[in-house]
Amino acid sequence: MSAPAAPRSRRALLTGWGRTAPTAARVVHAVHPDVVDAAVAAAVAGGAPGRGLVARGLGRSYGDAAQNAGGTVLDGTWLDAVHAADLERGIVTVGGGISLQTLMERFVPLGWFVPVTPGTRLVTVGGAIAADIHGKNHHVDGSFCSHVLAVTLVTPTGTRTVTPGDDPALFWATAGGMGLTGVVTEATLQMLPVETSWMLVDTERADDLDDAMGRMHSGDAAYRYSVAWIDCQSTGSRLGRSVLTRGDHARLGDLPVRLRSDPDRARSFVPRTLARVPLTPPGGLLNPLTVAAFNEFWFRKAPRHQVGRPHHMTGFFHPLDGVAEWNRLYGSRGFLQYQFVVGDAHGETVRRVIERLTEVRLASFLAVLKRFGPGDPGPLSFPMPGWTLALDLPVGHPGLDRLLDELDRQVVEAGGRVYLAKDSRLAPDTFRAMYPRVDEFLEERRRVDPAGVLRSDLGRRLGLCPTGPTDRPAGPGRKGRPARKGRPGRTAKEAASAAPARPAAATKAAAPTKATKAAATPAASRPASKKATAAPAPRATHDPDRTEP
Amino acid sequence: MIDAIGRPQSLLVLGGSSEIAQAVVDGLVPARCRTVLLAGRPGPRLDAAAERARAAGAAVVETVPYDTTDVADHAKLVDELFDRYGDIDLVLAAAGALGTQAVLERDPGAAADLVTTNFTGLVSSLLAVAGRMRQQGHGRIVVLSSVAGIRTRKANFVYGSTKAGLDAFAQGLGDALVGTGVGVTVVRPGFVHGRMTEGMEPAPFATTPEAVAAAVVRGIETGAEVVWVPPVLRWVFAALRVLPRPLWRHLPG
Ligand SMILES: Cc1cc2nc3c(=O)[nH]c(=O)nc-3n(C[C@H](O)[C@H](O)[C@H](O)COP(=O)(O)OP(=O)(O)OC[C@H]3O[C@@H](n4cnc5c(N)ncnc54)[C@H](O)[C@@H]3O)c2cc1C
Ligand SMILES: NC(=O)c1ccc[n+]([C@@H]2O[C@H](COP(=O)([O-])OP(=O)(O)OC[C@H]3O[C@@H](n4cnc5c(N)ncnc54)[C@H](OP(=O)(O)O)[C@@H]3O)[C@@H](O)[C@H]2O)c1
Repeated sequence: MSAPAAPRSRRALLTGWGRTAPTAARVVHAVHPDVVDAAVAAAVAGGAPGRGLVARGLGRSYGDAAQNAGGTVLDGTWLDAVHAADLERGIVTVGGGISLQTLMERFVPLGWFVPVTPGTRLVTVGGAIAADIHGKNHHVDGSFCSHVLAVTLVTPTGTRTVTPGDDPALFWATAGGMGLTGVVTEATLQMLPVETSWMLVDTERADDLDDAMGRMHSGDAAYRYSVAWIDCQSTGSRLGRSVLTRGDHARLGDLPVRLRSDPDRARSFVPRTLARVPLTPPGGLLNPLTVAAFNEFWFRKAPRHQVGRPHHMTGFFHPLDGVAEWNRLYGSRGFLQYQFVVGDAHGETVRRVIERLTEVRLASFLAVLKRFGPGDPGPLSFPMPGWTLALDLPVGHPGLDRLLDELDRQVVEAGGRVYLAKDSRLAPDTFRAMYPRVDEFLEERRRVDPAGVLRSDLGRRLGLCPTGPTDRPAGPGRKGRPARKGRPGRTAKEAASAAPARPAAATKAAAPTKATKAAATPAASRPASKKATAAPAPRATHDPDRTEP
Repeated sequence: MIDAIGRPQSLLVLGGSSEIAQAVVDGLVPARCRTVLLAGRPGPRLDAAAERARAAGAAVVETVPYDTTDVADHAKLVDELFDRYGDIDLVLAAAGALGTQAVLERDPGAAADLVTTNFTGLVSSLLAVAGRMRQQGHGRIVVLSSVAGIRTRKANFVYGSTKAGLDAFAQGLGDALVGTGVGVTVVRPGFVHGRMTEGMEPAPFATTPEAVAAAVVRGIETGAEVVWVPPVLRWVFAALRVLPRPLWRHLPG
């Protein structure tokens, strides 16, 4: 076979949902899994543009995760087929680019809901797996990948079907791995049975943060879904006043007669876009004044206490999806979301963060507090038991950089972490402190992508993948320089069998065998080091790709 | 990568020993710029700048021999740097010399050399940089122009015209790069106290390297196309630009 030709592409400037840090890439429309294979093969062959490849879904991650400056970005949203549907057991096999909205439109009327949904249904299954997304039900159901039975993953060393049973290390590295272990072209999901498309919702106001956290701590277990919206502008005794909305899927019998008597209507799911933000107001519309007005309105609009009120799924889960392109409201400099999690013992960190925001008078239009249950085994998966707070913040507030760096330090001190799907500004060393199992992830990545072809802007920024052209030696430890101390270079085989210290991996006999096989593929022996000669005499001996503090 | 708040992680300075550039490095390194490449004429000034960058906390600091007048070498040098260090997020063009107008007028060869130093050599360097940044799909180029190039004065028109050329070049480059992920910021300081202006009578609205650096850092954050330092000079020069020439000629200085 001759060298693989790169599929057709168009050049585009891409950003995440926050509309910050645009970079240019060649976008390939992955209209069929064959195109994915071809694009990955071309990237491995090192042809132009030679800066690797990453998949992109609906671009709902806030930062630079689905960008690959100067390289290839595979638009996976074309992979939106339903390949198999077992409506008895609620097991579906779908393309990696299908949106959760499409899944809901197709399966809610048939009695099956997605196992986990984020605050927008406009995300793809591939994006949901890559970020191991969580919903308001994390404390009960865990995150998305806990409901994934299998994925078809196109990696630089071949296409494989990966299940949590027979290759746990790769499966869990992919869960939360932000696209850096391969392209998900297909996934098999366990859906959640529902009788209707309605929710029974309890709403209550909490007068301050302690009140809110107290009620969530004691009461959340009784609800499948729970979330608190927090007013981040009130201060003093009203600091952190909140609206709690908690509920579960309504059964047919729970609904008012007009719906109960018409089961089709009770199960209908027809999402609508009510409005669209037509242009980007340069300075944005969300400033402390408008946000304060909104917060006041929202808090007062909420009933003090209301029980068992039916809400349609669309309004309960995805209120923002009614307004298309609302991210433009933040103006031309865009915005970011700061979402972190800290353990139960560190609820104080949540308070301090909100206090700091009010001190610097930084208006967060959206501030959402949730409880997480136990995390899953993914080394880069975000959730861990405790509290998670998400804050939408406009870029442009002077001092935002230092403020968030300071919050990072508090989160690290509390043993917590920041969510990569929302991140657009973390520093590499802070990232490492937050994700201490990153080396497990990198090992797995080296196994399936020894040449470091899978690359994203987020990966470059955080030190997960090398910068520079792909025909350079890739990744930590393969730079043709002496191995760095403390982390001796291992062979791929050693690396693969030095298993992640997880029970699942250790007990599965299949894992090491597969791993060894993968590690022996030719890509491991690609030219490692043509470099290290040309450049003008350097004075220092630092390794530019190092990510330690 | 330059993050959402506009903070680069790697920087190449052309004219690494420049006082303004050093102040920029001081501003960027604590904001997590870990790689600082200082290209310049080897010597104690360049070494001192490297020391200062290390003291500020940069993890990787390298000095690289570079002379703007070695026009033929620039493309190769730039390629080598990008090959060796991977992506370079920010390139700051700071090399420049003021020259002495009286000397330049007497010595046309020296004047031509100044044009090479301040203009030609940066054209060759920055085109090479732009080529690589275009390939990497992201980055920012910051060019230190000067208000002296906005309207040339008889007192320093050789220098002023080199800056006028550089300013025009940088603006055109910025336009050419729209859509590539690469941005260009043109910085127009007025009189800056420091080595270059030592012993000279300060002009109105004189500023400091630190103030210029702060404006540069802010310009990188906002992705500004043009930065005046101090900002009021924008309006001052809007007026001066349209001043009738007989009047302009007779302005002091
Ligand atoms: C309004 C709003 C609310 C949100 N609420 C939540 C929430 O409650 N909980 C939560 O967890 N998240 C939430 N998110 C974040 C969102 O769920 C994640 O960022 C998700 O990954 C977006 O999916 P996407 O299809 O848009 O992926 P993109 O943003 O396009 O990509 C995200 C990552 O997935 C990778 N990827 C995409 N497709 C594939 C594929 N086929 N194969 C391999 N990798 C792939 C990309 O490389 C990238 O790293 C919210 C986002 C928004 C805008
Ligand atoms: N100072 C001002 O009032 C002022 C005002 C407006 C604009 N500017 C511009 O700002 C930039 C920086 O100036 P500054 O104030 O920081 O002055 P500076 O400290 O004198 O910096 C000038 C730099 O240019 C370098 N340089 C000169 N000739 C060179 C050559 N042939 N090759 C490579 N490098 C060369 C110098 O290197 P050496 O150390 O080797 O000499 C020095 O690093 C200049 O472009 C200047 O024109 C300055």
